[in-house]
Amino acid sequence: MSGDDFDQRIRSALGDDQLRANFHAAMQGFIERRAAQFPDPEDLQRRRDRAAAIREHSLRRLPELLETLERQLTANGICVHWARDAGAANRIVAGLLAERGIGKVVKGKSMVTEEIGLNDHLAAQGVQVIESDLGEFIIQLAGEAPSHIVVPAVHKNRREIADLFRRHIRGVEVTEGVDELTAIARRELRHQFATAGAGISGVNFLVAETGTLCLIENEGNGRMTTTVPPLHIAVTGIEKVIPKLEDLPPLLDLLPKSATGQPITTYVNLISGPRPPDELDGPREVHLVLIDNGRSRIQSDERFIDTLRCIRCGACINHCPVFVEIGGHAYGSTYPGPIGLVLEPQRMGLDRAGDLLSACTLCGRCGEVCPVRIPLPKLIGRLRRFAVEPAEDGATPLAGQGSQRRALEALLWRIWAWVYAHPRIYGGLAWLLTRSRRWLPQRIGGWSRYRSVPRPASRSLHERMKQRRRQ
Amino acid sequence: MKPRRVHFFATCLIDLFAPRAGMAAIELLEQAGIEVLYPEGQGCCGQPAWNAGYRREARRVIEAQLALFPGEEPIVVPSASCAGMMRHHWPEAFEPGTDLRALAHERAARVVEWSDFMVREVAPDWPRVAEGEAVVLHDSCSARREMGVAGQARVLLEAIGAVVREPEGAETCCGFGGSFAVKQADISGAMLADKMTAIEATSAPTLLSQDCGCLMHIGGGFGKRGRSLCVQHVAEFLWQRLMPEPMS
Repeated sequence: MSGDDFDQRIRSALGDDQLRANFHAAMQGFIERRAAQFPDPEDLQRRRDRAAAIREHSLRRLPELLETLERQLTANGICVHWARDAGAANRIVAGLLAERGIGKVVKGKSMVTEEIGLNDHLAAQGVQVIESDLGEFIIQLAGEAPSHIVVPAVHKNRREIADLFRRHIRGVEVTEGVDELTAIARRELRHQFATAGAGISGVNFLVAETGTLCLIENEGNGRMTTTVPPLHIAVTGIEKVIPKLEDLPPLLDLLPKSATGQPITTYVNLISGPRPPDELDGPREVHLVLIDNGRSRIQSDERFIDTLRCIRCGACINHCPVFVEIGGHAYGSTYPGPIGLVLEPQRMGLDRAGDLLSACTLCGRCGEVCPVRIPLPKLIGRLRRFAVEPAEDGATPLAGQGSQRRALEALLWRIWAWVYAHPRIYGGLAWLLTRSRRWLPQRIGGWSRYRSVPRPASRSLHERMKQRRRQ
Repeated sequence: MKPRRVHFFATCLIDLFAPRAGMAAIELLEQAGIEVLYPEGQGCCGQPAWNAGYRREARRVIEAQLALFPGEEPIVVPSASCAGMMRHHWPEAFEPGTDLRALAHERAARVVEWSDFMVREVAPDWPRVAEGEAVVLHDSCSARREMGVAGQARVLLEAIGAVVREPEGAETCCGFGGSFAVKQADISGAMLADKMTAIEATSAPTLLSQDCGCLMHIGGGFGKRGRSLCVQHVAEFLWQRLMPEPMS
């Protein structure tokens, strides 16, 4: 991901009026629905405090909680696998399928499988992956990546989806009705659940004490994916663990309200093991793949540990004034928006994803809506620093630290600092600028593309105050 | 009891591009019987470099400001984003346990945004000289969030009888963001276009804000389009309506 590519993607997104209209309409809807869920601001702050405390506490105790979790899961009959990175996770999943000779899987919505590129890996092994979430189903037909972590096909409107269905699904009538489109997808998916050899899902929360996988969803596809096929493979990041079952309700309360403005999701799945011998339903085997992929490094860094509090609600994304203009694909990363700006440079290195950090005005809205109080603006500011500041001697650098430093920019800031740290020099420069105000350039790079160039006043405030003192 | 004396930190943008706004803010304080100290060596709060990640450079500039504000007087700043920088980030610029950190902390605790100071400490008893005059107020993101002083400018404007309109999507950033406006000029331009549409929809002839950064950006946008909207800092608008004497 280089800066030029990012610029290119931004330009093409900004040039697509339909795309921007889709994002503006959708994000505005989420903003309004979320606000309606939190009529009492003080109550909201108390809920955020509680959720933030649970997540923070969980991260501080992460190693210990993961041990408890593994013990409890194992006792419940869920088989636990540890994956250091994306490659290891993909190999584990592919291995489980290959051992059982499974050639077709259904999959629920899962950002972590996007992060590791699981679909591509499985396709290369000859495994057919069918996305069962409606949004994911749509973008799978389109051959695209999610443009939002909660609503992956939000960049497409009804007409575009209808077009896609007509082109890819045999026997589809001309329709743009949401209900009809949903019914088409349901009909397509129904027989896939029955014939798939395995279901792959993500996880929203892992409860250590009870060894429970919590998965929330609205369409019922998650429940089908995790219960109909004989094998269920859950894949998630190690940071999703919380200590106790009683820690779950405060988080389950805030997640859907913050995400889509729903009081609760239609389905709340608590999975505590495979089908017992005397039961008729449920998978015969449940496996959990726990992925690190850079998370333990973030967990051990006091400056950035708060990043991992994230419960993937997408509220920061919905409220981001930059995201709404360019949409998720422009970022070119798995996670877009404010949480993407914070997570991706840490995960991928500042050299590969540090350019994302420029896509922020530090307006602070993300930090204001985050249900677990991740100080997103502060973390973005901190990462901007490490993007341009090489590590001091003896300090452990972040991956790619200092890589976004540009000689010219650094020189300009040095000159700026020199001027403003020396009042006399600044005074001289201000005199010069105020006296030459009529001859200063009227075009300054990107600024004058959209704005007239401000003209210095005839005399600076310093001068006016000096003159006033003399009177 | 209202303070007898305050320090005034004008900010770099006001010094060079909007000195009338700075002068207006000072004279409105003085009119309320408050002595205004204006340290001559003042320059910039350090925010531009700080937000761009160039923290060493920011630190140099902050350090130069720290010595300028001795005493116990409040440090009044006619910009919410600069006030936010000083209040929340000045201490962070220095290593914990150092004298500079302690000094920055002391200075930071005394920083007050101008409109907030006027409402809370001065509570001016102004005549309603702008009865019915429509204005559109852009509360900056820093005023709204970092400083929590959005609403104070409105109180002042309504005190003189102005009718304050809020643009649709008032909570949304105008797209300035310091160096963002240049580095991501196209996104900034798109955000600006949205904001201008919302402002024009209020059909108020005057756009006001407590932040000159936003005003330079939005005003520049209208300027580029050749629109004749009057764009002013809140203090300058109030001063023009209230003060019979020409500005010194």
